[in-house]
Amino acid sequence: MNKILTMILQRFGLGLVTLFVVSAIIFLGVEFLPGDIAEALLGQGASPENVAALRHKLGLDVPAHTRYINWWSNVLQGDFGTSLANGRDIAGLIKIRLANTLFLAVVAASVSVPLAIIFGILAALYRNSLYDRSVNVITLGAVSAPEFLVAYILILYFSVTLGWFPSLSNVDANTTFLERLHRVALPATTLTGVILAYMMRMVRASIINLLASAYIEMAHLKGMSKLRVIVKHALPNAWAPISNIIAISLAYLVVGVVVVEVVFIYPGLGQLMVDSVSTRDIPVVQACSMIFAGTYILLNLSADIVSICTNPRLLHPK
Amino acid sequence: MNQEQALEPGSESRISPARRSKTQNLLRELWKAPITAKFGILVVFVYGFVALFAPFLTPYGEAEIVGPEFALWGEPFILGTDGLGRDMLTRLLFGARNTVGIAFITTCLAFLIGGLTGLFAAIYGRLFDQVASRIVDVLMAIPQLIFALMLLTIFGTSIPTLVIVIAVLDATRIFRVCRAVSLNVVVLDYFEAARLRGEGIFWLCIREILPNIAAPLLAEFGLRFCFVFLMIAALSFLGLGIQPPTADWGSMVRENSVLITYGDITPILPAIAIAILTLGVNFLVDWFLHKSSGLKEGH
Repeated sequence: MNKILTMILQRFGLGLVTLFVVSAIIFLGVEFLPGDIAEALLGQGASPENVAALRHKLGLDVPAHTRYINWWSNVLQGDFGTSLANGRDIAGLIKIRLANTLFLAVVAASVSVPLAIIFGILAALYRNSLYDRSVNVITLGAVSAPEFLVAYILILYFSVTLGWFPSLSNVDANTTFLERLHRVALPATTLTGVILAYMMRMVRASIINLLASAYIEMAHLKGMSKLRVIVKHALPNAWAPISNIIAISLAYLVVGVVVVEVVFIYPGLGQLMVDSVSTRDIPVVQACSMIFAGTYILLNLSADIVSICTNPRLLHPK
Repeated sequence: MNQEQALEPGSESRISPARRSKTQNLLRELWKAPITAKFGILVVFVYGFVALFAPFLTPYGEAEIVGPEFALWGEPFILGTDGLGRDMLTRLLFGARNTVGIAFITTCLAFLIGGLTGLFAAIYGRLFDQVASRIVDVLMAIPQLIFALMLLTIFGTSIPTLVIVIAVLDATRIFRVCRAVSLNVVVLDYFEAARLRGEGIFWLCIREILPNIAAPLLAEFGLRFCFVFLMIAALSFLGLGIQPPTADWGSMVRENSVLITYGDITPILPAIAIAILTLGVNFLVDWFLHKSSGLKEGH
């Protein structure tokens, strides 16, 4: 057990280091700006006094490393500073948006993960059949399509033609849970479609990889049914790669929400980030990037840890 | 490797017919290719043709306002016009040149950066390898789209920035692949021999390593192109990539998205154009990987 614990702690430490380096890149990237934020904000016609005043107001007159440390200590206290565009408190702005984004991601994940495992196993079970080949072509198609194509096709069919779901997913604090589910149906389906295809292909591949092993052949020769061989013998050993795939897909989901939120004008973090990029509201972009990057690193870290924990060779060291 | 293959019963047919020229071999392979691969080849050729000859295929200019706004399909505007009265079909054709062209240039640049550093890391090892690998680790820890959005905020949105930002971010993936496949070659005896002969670094890269890693790199090029292409399309769709009035498939979808609510499919045509190209390239790569992993032709 000890060996695993040290390994997990090691990975965790590595994750923390990465997070710090990433935060430094996000924070110090702005230093490469020709001039600085104050000059960029005020434009070319600004007088030197005005620039100096704004610089002081934004705290730009202290050296970068002090600012970086201050920024971290503020972030740890839940303070991301204020937006340049409208002067609002970023933490408050982000809190609601983040909750919305997480809701969307959780709905999409809870639909796509079970489906991916079931369809993946079926494709492995009936491999090289018509089902498997058509699934292969369809999933490759889904992986190749840009997210907004899937989104607009869904809108065209389910919202315009059938009128079942709204094409705009505007939710606010007063929206009830069921209403919320109804409104995120299309964005969640889009996300599901995009990651389902990828996950399914990987689940299929990792099970088929195992089917070549000797113990599977033995099980076949015993006269076991195909389904039983896969569920009882192949699947337990496939959990490690599969859970890894799930974690990576979820990490992808975190990024995929950006485009989908924009299509459906869903008030999530991705939408906020895109808006802030176009107004060059740097503190908000920094805060959003930190949250996205942090979630991404966390999910990749858990993928690592899960694959360590599900590896019998590590669980029972000689 | 070749001997083993020659002993397999299935490969006899490939050896027995005396001499076929390289072109004949190529044509034969194409003829035998599965339908998906043929579809891929067709798509790549059509897109390439349209990209090269876009101005000759349509009477209108790329950003020329030629008619009323949001005209319906029919004569003289086959696919109607957009919100400013520009011909949709014309913009779709020019989009092939702009979107695909920029994605192609970006991928080439990414390969130049990632491929060279990957090769050097594999050959030199030690410090250079360590430093480059750690930098790549950190860069890959940030989701690509988010990183691109951040960098575009800092450097502003213009086509050169877009190309450089995406090329650098994508070079990290290419670095990993290139380093991994080159490491397999670097440990072989013939490479050791070349090094002891005192060959220069460029000879080592181009004459010793590259011919042996060409197949996986070519497949990687196809896949990377798809990623870059989709990324540029997504950024343009978000309004942060290729800027108007340049015709571009991603931003065309966004500009005309109002029409969707009226049940008009015109706005998703550029998105379909994107999907068909990525699908075609994916099919092609699939087939190519299958070919190059199974039977490697000796010279």
